[in-house]
Amino acid sequence: MYQFSGKLKTFSIALILLGALGIAFSFYTAPKSIEDAKEIMAQQTSHDGGHAISHEEVKEEKHATEVKGDSLAHGEIENHGEEVHHEATKDAHAASEVHGENHDDEHAEHVYHQLKNKPWSALYVSLFFFLGISLLVLVFYASQRVAQSAWSVVLFRVMEAISANLVPTSIIMLLVILSASVLHINHMFPWMAEGVFDPSSPNYDPIIDGKSWWMNTPGWTIRSIVYLAVWNAYRWFIRRNSIKEDTANDGLKTYKLNYNVSVGFIFLFMITESMMSWDWIMGLDPHWFSTLFGWYVLASLLVSALTVIAFVTIYLRSKGALPGVNDSHIHDLAKFMFGFSIFWTYLWFSQFMLIWYADIPEETTYFVMRFNEYKLPFLAMVVMNFAFPILLLLNSDFKSIPWFIVIGGIVILGGHYIDVFIMVMPATVGSQWSFGIAEISALLFFLGIFIYTVFSAFAKANPIPKGNPFLKESEHFHYYNIEHRGEGSADHH
Amino acid sequence: MESSKVIHAFYTDDEVLMDAVKAVKAEHHHIEEVFCPFPVHGLDKAMGLAPTRLAITAFFYGITGLSFAIWMTNYMMIQDWPQDIGGKPSFSWLENMPAFVPIMFELTVFFAAHLMVITFYMRSRIWPFKEAENPDPRTTDDHFLMEIPVHNNEAELTALLSKTGAVEINIVDKH
Repeated sequence: MYQFSGKLKTFSIALILLGALGIAFSFYTAPKSIEDAKEIMAQQTSHDGGHAISHEEVKEEKHATEVKGDSLAHGEIENHGEEVHHEATKDAHAASEVHGENHDDEHAEHVYHQLKNKPWSALYVSLFFFLGISLLVLVFYASQRVAQSAWSVVLFRVMEAISANLVPTSIIMLLVILSASVLHINHMFPWMAEGVFDPSSPNYDPIIDGKSWWMNTPGWTIRSIVYLAVWNAYRWFIRRNSIKEDTANDGLKTYKLNYNVSVGFIFLFMITESMMSWDWIMGLDPHWFSTLFGWYVLASLLVSALTVIAFVTIYLRSKGALPGVNDSHIHDLAKFMFGFSIFWTYLWFSQFMLIWYADIPEETTYFVMRFNEYKLPFLAMVVMNFAFPILLLLNSDFKSIPWFIVIGGIVILGGHYIDVFIMVMPATVGSQWSFGIAEISALLFFLGIFIYTVFSAFAKANPIPKGNPFLKESEHFHYYNIEHRGEGSADHH
Repeated sequence: MESSKVIHAFYTDDEVLMDAVKAVKAEHHHIEEVFCPFPVHGLDKAMGLAPTRLAITAFFYGITGLSFAIWMTNYMMIQDWPQDIGGKPSFSWLENMPAFVPIMFELTVFFAAHLMVITFYMRSRIWPFKEAENPDPRTTDDHFLMEIPVHNNEAELTALLSKTGAVEINIVDKH
């Protein structure tokens, strides 16, 4: 049995506390009123010269293109330019900035809402990243059961332990969902603003109103709760029954039940994942839509999930907690990381290139915004998620060297964090984005929770799933092409 | 001319063959060739063959294909005749790059795959109308054959091979 060391426990709790402090600080320093926001803006222009000026410059540049493109797309909304904050207002502001002083207040209000969104968005990005990774580890685990794959059986307990992180992240997600939809204390989702569906309101938005059969607060809240419930129900069931499997001795009855439930879960997951990505991510840009978005989110989270499995496996193996795992298992995980990195790139490019090629204004605004305001992370993401893994993990020998995988994996995880960042931030904080205390604290907070839940869950069960009929095969798994370092290979040929 | 005699030892099971190869290697005899009806996993390792470098050649062929695609799209679409085709920006290659990616991808794969296959044919000396080098037709069906050159140690080799479970041992004059 693995012992969750006191040192690691203290470390994780320190991360949680530090993160929580930082998150609290970021909420505390967010502007409370438009006057606060104006002050911050004034500071940006006077003191913090370089930063603010660069933003202004970028804005000037893009006016020419954006005002033209956007006014085509959202022409009818511009009349309602005083709206709280969504893309239509951005157009209005883009125009108003050109007009000059008399719209200063509008601009200030817009920036005020963006700044108010910042701590929420920072929290949301990390939350979604960690929730998604834990979820996709669970899905990968279910897929291994359904495929009756033998190689991964010795990793089952690792995957189960990582999926334990689904519980705390789901609870926090539930709180964020409720605070957006019921308490109305965060403003990340523009369609939740008051009056958007009310034709007599100055905030009325006919485009969003046309989607109100899907995008309405009660429906959204209920759906979100259903997703979380389905995923957690499967996790709870499979974890309990997987441990039962160890001692079941009932002619594979438990094993077969777990198989059937996993098939059902994958079916439900594919549906809930698609809808989740519409509700939780695409809903941040209610004027924009893309058909392969669900797959794209899936690919991003799946490759991160496999990287995390590899990380936890490498760590636990180095502590001697995984006696059945050899270099071939690591090699297979690295192959999955490599393959799904390319799969992610394929979907990212398919989405980008189709929109770029056709250049339909209502779709293109999405990438115009990201390319103009987030150029560095937007381009860095492609390098980190595609170019780096393809060159690093192409060589078969490298795929079983732990430190190589750790380096590749850190870049992949960083790249996919940026990916989620770029999905969320442009819609909620727009050009006011930065990577500072709020973002780092949220990352540390969820990392601490991750370490605490994952390793305490791993310590609670036998690290070897004894009852699995493929266990023997998994322990003898050997990929012919690689040299195993420091392992007896006498029983192989 | 040096020694032109070889021993042909026949086996009917790949596991027995593997053990025989290991036994012969343990006695430090050189194995000239092993003929099998199907791939035997681990045989190359047991024989001590160097790993293939075919994957490395494929990587460089792929880079060649990619470079070719970049050069071709740049020359045709940007340098030679930069027309306005449906409003696509043809001012520089980078601006119109997304439109070229499908070509770049396919040519990379095309070069990597085909040139690697041709390399394989050349290195393995396979081509149409090539005369088969099969010492015994049974090796394409259900027999395995190990070929060991003889250097005045016929008796010793025969004794060793018969211990390893060979079903037939022949001494053959080559050429």
